Amino acid sequence: MTIPRFWREFEQRYRLVGTKCPSCGRVYFPPRDVCPYCHRDSVGKMRKHELKPTGKIYSYTLVRQDIPDFKSIKPYIMVLVEMDDGPKITGQLTDIEYDEVKIGMPVKAVFRRIREESDSGIIEYGYKFVPL
Amino acid sequence: MVGIVTYGSYIPRFRIKVEEIARVWGEDPEDIKNGLYIYSKSVPGPDEDTATISVESLRNAMARKKPSGVGAIYVGSESHPYAVKPTATIVAEATGFAPEITAADYEFACKAGTAAMQTVMGMVKSGMIKEGVAIGADTSQGAPGDALEYSAAAGGTAFVIGNENVIAEIKATYSITTDTPDFWRREGQDYPRHGGRFTGEPAYFRHVLDASRKMMEIMKTKPEDYTYAVFHQPNGKFPSRAAKTLGFKESQIKQGLIVPYIGNTYSGSMITGLSAILDISKPGDRILAVSFGSGAGSDAFHIEITKEIENYKKENAQSVWSQIERSKFIDYAYYAKFKRKIKMGE
Amino acid sequence: MRDVVIVGVGQTKFGEHWEKSLRALAVEAGLKAIEDAGIYSKDIEAIYGGNMSAGSTTFQDHIGPLLADFTGLAINRIPAIRIENGSASGAAAFHEGFLAVASGNYDTVLVGGVEKLTDVSMEEITEVLSGEVDREWELFNGATLASLAGLMARRYMVEYNTKREQIALMPVLSHKHGSLNPYAQFKNTIKVEDVLKSTMVADPLTMLDCAPVSDGASAVILTTMENAKKWRKDGIVKVKASSVASDYIALQSRENITRFDSTVEAARKAYKMAGLEPKDISLVEIHDAYSIFGLIALEDLGFFKKGTAGKYLEEGYGNLDSRLPINPSGGLKAKGHPVGATGVGQIVEATLQLRKEADKRQVPDPKNALTLNIGGSGGSSIVHIMEVVK
Repeated sequence: MTIPRFWREFEQRYRLVGTKCPSCGRVYFPPRDVCPYCHRDSVGKMRKHELKPTGKIYSYTLVRQDIPDFKSIKPYIMVLVEMDDGPKITGQLTDIEYDEVKIGMPVKAVFRRIREESDSGIIEYGYKFVPL
Repeated sequence: MVGIVTYGSYIPRFRIKVEEIARVWGEDPEDIKNGLYIYSKSVPGPDEDTATISVESLRNAMARKKPSGVGAIYVGSESHPYAVKPTATIVAEATGFAPEITAADYEFACKAGTAAMQTVMGMVKSGMIKEGVAIGADTSQGAPGDALEYSAAAGGTAFVIGNENVIAEIKATYSITTDTPDFWRREGQDYPRHGGRFTGEPAYFRHVLDASRKMMEIMKTKPEDYTYAVFHQPNGKFPSRAAKTLGFKESQIKQGLIVPYIGNTYSGSMITGLSAILDISKPGDRILAVSFGSGAGSDAFHIEITKEIENYKKENAQSVWSQIERSKFIDYAYYAKFKRKIKMGE
Repeated sequence: MRDVVIVGVGQTKFGEHWEKSLRALAVEAGLKAIEDAGIYSKDIEAIYGGNMSAGSTTFQDHIGPLLADFTGLAINRIPAIRIENGSASGAAAFHEGFLAVASGNYDTVLVGGVEKLTDVSMEEITEVLSGEVDREWELFNGATLASLAGLMARRYMVEYNTKREQIALMPVLSHKHGSLNPYAQFKNTIKVEDVLKSTMVADPLTMLDCAPVSDGASAVILTTMENAKKWRKDGIVKVKASSVASDYIALQSRENITRFDSTVEAARKAYKMAGLEPKDISLVEIHDAYSIFGLIALEDLGFFKKGTAGKYLEEGYGNLDSRLPINPSGGLKAKGHPVGATGVGQIVEATLQLRKEADKRQVPDPKNALTLNIGGSGGSSIVHIMEVVK
């Protein structure tokens, strides 16, 4: 990922900062400038909202594909987490054996290295999930 | 009073046994275990590094008590992810303290974390900042087949230091610094080198013993006046010998002696032992905490636990010993893969 | 809006075409379609080309003029536009071509789809094909399109108590039909056990649950009913419905991950436009890029109640002589999935079936055909319904 693109998203990748619609109260992650439900009522009014880092597993899978970025951790667990604040987030689940994963399991977001540009490029940190 | 307002540690969950490393390099594991008093060490996962360990340590500290006026962050390590670009900037951003804050990285071998502590103490005492963060964390490397491979481990601890609601007052600190080339790494080299037996008497013991004795002289204390003592832990033998030489009992250092199970976490070493002590300490307890960094130097601290610790929510984050217990053992092949000792293709 | 009919179809075999470039594939399909229509290139007034990845695999953009150029039509200064909508690029191009003729803007257009993936390594292909998911919030964290399908499959199995074996019936069915299709990438038949034992891709989905990497091209000539009656005595196929719908691009943004809301909406509009109901459909070509997509799509098209598709497949639905033949071409799994060509390829199959030119895989006496082309993990769905004109 290019530097400006990654840098713009620090708040999201490091601290799960999304947006909240002042009209309907829905929380969005990643942030939205327009609430799909409230449209015009939300334009210019969406507020930053740092998500609580906890949630429950909505679905899970074990990825065995050869993805160069994740070679050292293959196979890795991919989950959809329904966050306590509402939105669902896609991320890796770590610190657990695959056969222990269950839908509904409580998890929390942690700060981990996701990938690197290269040996000399920038390190891209972000969120993964661990069992609570 | 200046002291620790909140603290937190993070130890990665992977472990490798001395037997497993000895198996690969043809050593006698019993010899190693007896010589070093280390049974296993912690290994960082492929998605962990000094920055992630620092962030998780600080987040653990913040879960126990939310800081209210952090004005500085210093991260000490000898395995910063970038040679140029401070780990402290990543930590500041990830914990929400950016941008109105000063930050920098420290290096002083295994005592970079305590160097950060002293700086922050001075800034708080002078009124320059209300609270400051000092972190010591490492994912240290030992050359394959070298003695250090048995002990070079990963982990870290973060202290928020301030002058209000202090749970552990740092009544005094005293340091010794000399040019002693006991252990070093030249720019661009993958692994450090060391002076073998030279790292003992002229380096570790000289600095740790001198700093400890002088600290007690300043505070007019004797070993029996302390509830706990914790020294830098490059292996289990050195701090035990230092404690005995100074006149401390085994029961005083036991809680803080974590190296036999997780190895030497370098900049995280003494301070994670201190964190383990804070996990069980009570108001009135006195702690002598002495770090050692090769190159060389020692920072000694005289700490007294305050009543404030009774209101402190330490259960909001995992204690050091329960993190030590939460472990997954791996073999040398996985260890080599995780620590990038394997030459990969394009 | 006036009637739009298909008068010519053409396609290359789908598969690994080491010796053929993107241009060569497109031209082969285009020329076949023109010949099949019995027209001259000068009769074509515009080209709509569907392609997803040329810019990434061959760093070639500006595909519209490229197609016009190498089909020999640029000399006529013909309007040529490339349409991209992920895996639904083909049907999207067809939709644009349909609107162009229906609106009266052009009388005769050439719609094509082409994809050339094998010029780059497998790793790069996986990366390129993941351009359909949300790169920032899904792929960055490790979620490839296959893993999203895995997440959907897991949730579907848990919510509806569907057995893994039932999901495997989808690729088994596609291969059964593909073995009868000379244009198909795979001619072998497979069993449920083969699917379950195959290499794991994203649990519970294995390699045999996933459509292959393919090169290929397909093309269709659209024109007015008036022209068609001049050019063909029979085999005129009318486009009764062409509808497009979108949804959030990322799976995580959707309320329900066992449903393609874009399919539900595109189908609703298509049935309305055609004046038909699911029970009226004679055969369906669906988007089985992943086996689970196929089951979910069949339900969202209104054929089966949510969560029951597996049971119906078990009962024999989908076979050529059944109540609802599914993927007589071999589907994406067996015929192949050259991304941009897929959607148009489905329409080519529908046309051949309706003209009764489908040889060994002919569905007995179909009145109409429905095709569904999906983009990404359901971010877009495009439904077409075709009918034979007596």
